[in-house]
Amino acid sequence: MHIMEGFLPPAHALGWSLAALPFVALGVRSLRRQLQAQPEQRMLLGVAAAFSFTLSALKLPSVTGSCSHPTGVGLGALLFGPAAMVPVGLVVLLFQALLLAHGGLTTLGANLFSMAIVGPFVAAGLFRAGRALALPLSACVFTAAALGDLATYVTTAIQLAWAFPDPAGGFAGSFAKFGAIFAITQIPLAISEGLLTVLVVNALRRFNAEELQKLPLFGQREVKA
Amino acid sequence: MKLRNWLILAAVVLLTVLPLWLAAPPAIGPDGIPGEAFGGADNKAQEAISEIAPGYRPWFSPLIEPASGEIASLLFALQAALGAGFIGYWLGASVTRERLHREMNEKAAGPEAAPPASNLSGKNTAHAD
Repeated sequence: MHIMEGFLPPAHALGWSLAALPFVALGVRSLRRQLQAQPEQRMLLGVAAAFSFTLSALKLPSVTGSCSHPTGVGLGALLFGPAAMVPVGLVVLLFQALLLAHGGLTTLGANLFSMAIVGPFVAAGLFRAGRALALPLSACVFTAAALGDLATYVTTAIQLAWAFPDPAGGFAGSFAKFGAIFAITQIPLAISEGLLTVLVVNALRRFNAEELQKLPLFGQREVKA
Repeated sequence: MKLRNWLILAAVVLLTVLPLWLAAPPAIGPDGIPGEAFGGADNKAQEAISEIAPGYRPWFSPLIEPASGEIASLLFALQAALGAGFIGYWLGASVTRERLHREMNEKAAGPEAAPPASNLSGKNTAHAD
């Protein structure tokens, strides 16, 4: 999902950066509030950030014959709410843009929007919906993490199709091309991410049950269910 | 529960390994040489951009580029290791904490009831899940 440095026209680069900016502010505020209210949640935040760090470094082969990587932001979105994952995603993307020449500063806004905004918000929304429908917890976690991951890559395809419409097919033709590159490749990886997220949530439920009760999305659920 | 976790892990490994056989071989390029197998999707997107908009030139380049593919893989490994190291620390600390809790509860539950049994029962206590 990393759009390479310089590969978005300046207007798009600027536009996505401006669009991502309020979410960064929102995320920093959300994180600060949660940690001030409950400093004991730092460990769980560390786990969520570490999960994203690890998964987004792993480039895995896919059935399309190319490699891509999971994002790992779904877990944190379920634990701390989607906004909280924006600063975490920013750290991951900055690390990769500055040290690895993977992604870039001019495309940081667009990459942040797909990985740390659309992904987490889709994941948290699906998780909420699943819990409201009283689906089993593991099914909700899996669906949220897997589809959140996929949503990130669909967003990247939309961003590129918008910036580079096909001369013949326009936006749709271009979206079909980028969608085939990103979204189809991502399907098995998204399933993997969903499964791994279920594993970590299982461990959290066993080891950090008390902390989980106090988290926004998990806590309410336990009371209702 | 334990079994299910192992099954999940096995599924992830299969999902990662099977594509190596299932994926179609890379298409033959215009130069008659097959393209790179399992290249990065990000690079494929870059190629697609130059197909759709041949005139487009990137207007900014990375400040620092890893000196070679090896250096890049070093940095990616570092990134993964930082994350995995923290998760390992958390898991280790959690397992120890759970065991200490259990031992404390056992001591509190019956200090004179069966003191020697607490050593034996330490291992076979049922897991919470």
